[in-house]
Amino acid sequence: MNRSLSTLNIKAGLPYGLGFLVFFFLVCFLINVAIGSVDIPFLAIVSSPFRDASHGIYEQIIWDFRLPKAFTCVLAGAGLGTGGLMMQTFFRNPLAGPDVLGLSSGASLMVAFAVLAQGVLPFGLGSFQPWGVALAATSGATAIFLIVVAASRKVKENSSLLIIGMMVAAFTSSLVSVLQFLSKADDLQAFLIWSLGNVGSTNWNELNVMAVIIGIGLLIALGCVKPLNVWFMGENYAKSIGVNVKRARVWIVLSASLMVGTITAFCGPIAFVGLAVPHLVKLLMPQSEHKILLPAVALGGAILLLLCDTLSQLPGSTQILPLNAVTSFIGAPVLIWVVIKSKQRN
Amino acid sequence: MQREVEGIHIKTEKLTLGYSNQEKDLLFYELNLCLNGGELVCFMGSNGIGKSTLIRTLAGLQKPLSGGISFPANKSGIEIEKWISLVLTDRIITSSMTVYELISFGRYPFLNWKLALANDDKRIIEEAIQATRTESLIHKSVNELSDGQMQLVMIARALAQDTPVILLDEPTAHLDLNNRVEIMRVLRNVAKTMNKAILVATHELDLALQMADILWLATPDKQIEVGTPEDLVLNETLDKIFRLKGFDLKTGKVNHAPFRKREINLIGTGYEFLWTKNALDREGYSIEKNANIDVEIIHGREKLRWLVTAPTYTKSVFSIKDLLAQLTIDF
Repeated sequence: MNRSLSTLNIKAGLPYGLGFLVFFFLVCFLINVAIGSVDIPFLAIVSSPFRDASHGIYEQIIWDFRLPKAFTCVLAGAGLGTGGLMMQTFFRNPLAGPDVLGLSSGASLMVAFAVLAQGVLPFGLGSFQPWGVALAATSGATAIFLIVVAASRKVKENSSLLIIGMMVAAFTSSLVSVLQFLSKADDLQAFLIWSLGNVGSTNWNELNVMAVIIGIGLLIALGCVKPLNVWFMGENYAKSIGVNVKRARVWIVLSASLMVGTITAFCGPIAFVGLAVPHLVKLLMPQSEHKILLPAVALGGAILLLLCDTLSQLPGSTQILPLNAVTSFIGAPVLIWVVIKSKQRN
Repeated sequence: MQREVEGIHIKTEKLTLGYSNQEKDLLFYELNLCLNGGELVCFMGSNGIGKSTLIRTLAGLQKPLSGGISFPANKSGIEIEKWISLVLTDRIITSSMTVYELISFGRYPFLNWKLALANDDKRIIEEAIQATRTESLIHKSVNELSDGQMQLVMIARALAQDTPVILLDEPTAHLDLNNRVEIMRVLRNVAKTMNKAILVATHELDLALQMADILWLATPDKQIEVGTPEDLVLNETLDKIFRLKGFDLKTGKVNHAPFRKREINLIGTGYEFLWTKNALDREGYSIEKNANIDVEIIHGREKLRWLVTAPTYTKSVFSIKDLLAQLTIDF
């Protein structure tokens, strides 16, 4: 019986998978910082960590523009990937994801209120105030998550849940369009640019807020490894091995909403990353242990968003594509593949 | 009923279950039951009588309307997941995890947040795998398993939880005879060798009669009759509850009406005799000593054959199928 041997083999393969992800992540990060509308010599990039923005124009570009953008990609990608994985596990549905189930729309609605409503309502958050916007978006995402959770307890079918998610998204979008219709031109333009997905407009101050919130979200997610691992067996089995299902449900919803809400607030509703990353990572390392999947998916999300952002820069040109155009270009085929694969299995 | 008090692993006191306290919504009324270590108990009753509800209630997943469940006095504070493990009918949405991983979830109540298996945990998992003879499955992915294999793996997972009590809800439903027997044998073996109290809700009367130490029979008056299978057969409690239609419990066979009104004298011994009689019974012949038609089973050195003789008639056939055909044509 070579049982212990094979268990060893599975475990031995893991560091390679994670090591590969870390290496690939560093490469993508460097490329992302190196490429942009201005050509910066490689030497200046390598030496930039040791010089501050006052040193010259290259350093200024790197410190004020490229590094915040790269870090935004890392944080947003990690948060969306983790959020997507948690939602797929939570709903036992491979097609769940922050944008698919309307969380991003919920966050958008609240941000739209905060940004656009200044023209209509006597109150408003004024221009982007990081904590306020994050709070608004998170509350929007949480509200939608709770609605979808409530619906998921009524409908058992995978596809019904997705239809409900789509309808919730359509409903919130209609409210957003009413707000758009009523708002001032300047606000409208800001909102439209935001809604196309944008990682390039965050400053260091906003980045700090994002880092803190996403850090908290990731920590909560890591604390939920036990329930996440056994979630697929259903509520009764999970309870029978001592998992407090009610408490876990609250923490998982909170963690995913916190991360998705905050990311949506600062970067706009980024499509497909949360849905696609868990599948791509599981393709690289077939796994169901969340202790490994969570960090892997966080890395994978960061990599994918760094790549998408690099591609949206169109090297050698000053044009920048909307980020969502690129993520959808990658994400939509993945979605089709997942649907076909899951149909084949049944 | 209760043998020795120290062997009791779980006990109910005036346990009442149902959807509400109204008479029509009650499932069971004031049950006083106990499960003892080393005993395999089969829990039988018609569909919808509340077997699953009772199992979920015993496992603490559901609250009873009134009454209580108690563990032995020295274990009263123990977490329920360390005292009772479960195999349910809930369908598992399978994923790509390996069977070993699934079985190792049985250790979850004993692991801290790092979820690292200690040597003791690994040893207990090994024992669970050996007891269920699932060694050949552990590297397979869960969604490659057949229904029978899946049930064995879920039982292994419950064993890995290493609890004194295991409750199983219809573990043999939808399985073929071979798998059903295998699962009941595993459970019986585990109960005996590991001194566990095992409760199996099941519909398989024939299997329960042969495997169970104790039967629990859910009765229409919202009670549960308890006894050894043999006592319940002999005092006709089983007949009363199941209102058996053509199944003779005392012989363990289905009754066939001799609709052909034709008598046959069957001569022979051993299994060949039993199975030939089985076929003739099913086909509606009655077996009588002084019948006109003789069927003699001839075996030994020559090929097995059936010799049919009647006045002015004799013929040999080489299978029961041919025998039945010949009897229909010629008589």
